[in-house]
Amino acid sequence: MKKSRRSFLKVAGVSALGIGVAPALKAVATASASTPSAAVRTKAPEALEAKRWGMVIDTSKITDEIAEKIVLACHKSNNVPDFNHEPDKEKYPNTRPVNHKQELKWIWEEHFNNAFPDKEDDFLANKFKNLPFLVTCNQCKNPPCVRVCPTRATFKREDGIVMMDFHRCIGCRFCMAACPYGARSFNYRDPKPFIAKIDPAFPTRSKGVVEKCNLCAPRLAKGLQPACVEVSEGAITVGDLEDPNSEVRQLLGEKYSIRRKQELGTEPSVYYIM
Amino acid sequence: MLEIAIKGSKKYWIWLVVLCAVIGAGVLVYVDQFINGLMTTALSRDVSWGFYIANFTYLVGVAAGGVMVVIPFYLHNYERFHRITILGEFLAVAAIVMCLLFIIVDLGQPIRMLNVIFYPSPKSMLFWDMCVLNGYLFLNIVIGWKVLEAERNQIKPPAWTTPLIYLSIPFAIGIHTVTAYLYCGLPGRGYWLTAILAPRFLASAFAAGPAVLLLLCYLVRKVTKFDPGWEAMQTLAKIVCYALIANLFFFFCEIFVTYYSQIPGHMSHIDYLFFGLHGHNTMVPWMWTSMILMIAAAIMLVIPALRSNYTLLPYICGMVVIGTWIDKSLGIIAGGFVPSPLHHVTEYMPTIKEIMISLGIYGTGLLILTILYKLATRVKEEVRG
Repeated sequence: MKKSRRSFLKVAGVSALGIGVAPALKAVATASASTPSAAVRTKAPEALEAKRWGMVIDTSKITDEIAEKIVLACHKSNNVPDFNHEPDKEKYPNTRPVNHKQELKWIWEEHFNNAFPDKEDDFLANKFKNLPFLVTCNQCKNPPCVRVCPTRATFKREDGIVMMDFHRCIGCRFCMAACPYGARSFNYRDPKPFIAKIDPAFPTRSKGVVEKCNLCAPRLAKGLQPACVEVSEGAITVGDLEDPNSEVRQLLGEKYSIRRKQELGTEPSVYYIM
Repeated sequence: MLEIAIKGSKKYWIWLVVLCAVIGAGVLVYVDQFINGLMTTALSRDVSWGFYIANFTYLVGVAAGGVMVVIPFYLHNYERFHRITILGEFLAVAAIVMCLLFIIVDLGQPIRMLNVIFYPSPKSMLFWDMCVLNGYLFLNIVIGWKVLEAERNQIKPPAWTTPLIYLSIPFAIGIHTVTAYLYCGLPGRGYWLTAILAPRFLASAFAAGPAVLLLLCYLVRKVTKFDPGWEAMQTLAKIVCYALIANLFFFFCEIFVTYYSQIPGHMSHIDYLFFGLHGHNTMVPWMWTSMILMIAAAIMLVIPALRSNYTLLPYICGMVVIGTWIDKSLGIIAGGFVPSPLHHVTEYMPTIKEIMISLGIYGTGLLILTILYKLATRVKEEVRG
């Protein structure tokens, strides 16, 4: 209560100073008065929880085949459109041709030099040169995308997951400019014609909003592992970075790992065991 | 006062009809974009802002440039600017309206745009940009209108306009500073991540704004009986000159830091713009054209004989406008997004549809400008009898 009142006063003061728009004040007042506890109470008993979710990718366990499986499983379970999919002509007549530069992806393969451009090296160990490096949203502890969002449509949950509210996003794409990992995609068009089979467990998006990996938060809430973890054959592990006994912490304690663009201070929560 | 706008020559009406046609074409294309989404643009996953945001950035500069006549006139009582101050203020109005339109057409979900007010986010620079842009628009409409009305009635403007005029000065600096902050506070974009960006934006704005104003002065002289005054225009030319030199100087500071430190994350963007990267060199001819235009214009403006040449000056202004437009619009966007944070090179060139919509917005701005200038020049003609 104390915290929400303080943040309310902060925002209210600034709003009054800057714009003095009455609906804004009203919106903030109702938002901070009613939201905090409601969400916590609805948690299912089987839900997986963490103080701060993190992901560890064991690069030695990833082959091209596994990487492909992971990407496919993720995109299927989250209704991410595939621009190579031929739209159903009856359901979606007159679908215009796609521009592959406008594709959407939540997790995908990159070469080491692209995943870690700051660690580019002519004499990189051979085994890393052709290894597929899976890249995705880093669920940063200090996320620039959240800082720049003008509507708070993208936000960081208390458990560290950076989420999107697809219904509040105005599609300004400031978050895409801010993300140093290229993790975000924009729906330049209606994605539905390019989803082979819509999974009703997760909403499809409309055109004009940004999306990205949410660590399968809806699955975690049901006690399920993220889709990528499930098919990764042990290559990807998610867990609580703040818990010293968690599996992710044990992996990090045993082996040398790196993170992407650590020098930017975004504190990525995705680790790569080398 | 608005009744003046509906009385005009045949040429005036033809001009308005032409503008409406351009706007209409833009609206039609926008309907397509509104229905089908931003797939109509050449924007991509890697280059997520393009022609719209580029023009937005440039026009914020043109709007802010209006302060270059407000400061001398209101703070230093520079009487020669008495006649053109209103032109500067009305130019700012038209430019800001275009800025807001460019933001709206860039949104993926424009009908939700009021979310920026419903969920105000003071940590986002876009929130502050909305505040200062709307504030500056409001100030310029009120000040311009009241001062012109007073002039028409041959009385002093109401006393409450004075504090608003003083307030409009920090707002002018503010709109462009905050616009630069949209870019320069992002951790992963080497080309933007520089403290000189806001000063550079302001310098280029103070060159481009007055250069546009000078061109408009020529136009006003030609099509109306109102004379903005050659001496005032010469002072404007000097302002353009110094601001342009400052802009070039800031850019060279940037070049020095980048290439002497040799940090790859900063060099790769400027390499791409001026020399091409991994065989991609769409921007190279544009950027060199921009540099040559700006440097040549600066030299010509420094030389008094050339600067005061009545026939030559509008061409120099044209060079300034085009040079700074390429530098700040195309350059800032392409340089910022290419190469991508993962060092891929995805190039960008706007589609015809993007250009049509942009022209529609420029048409809207010109329509507003035409009407406001019509009022201003007519009132000034009346007063002088």
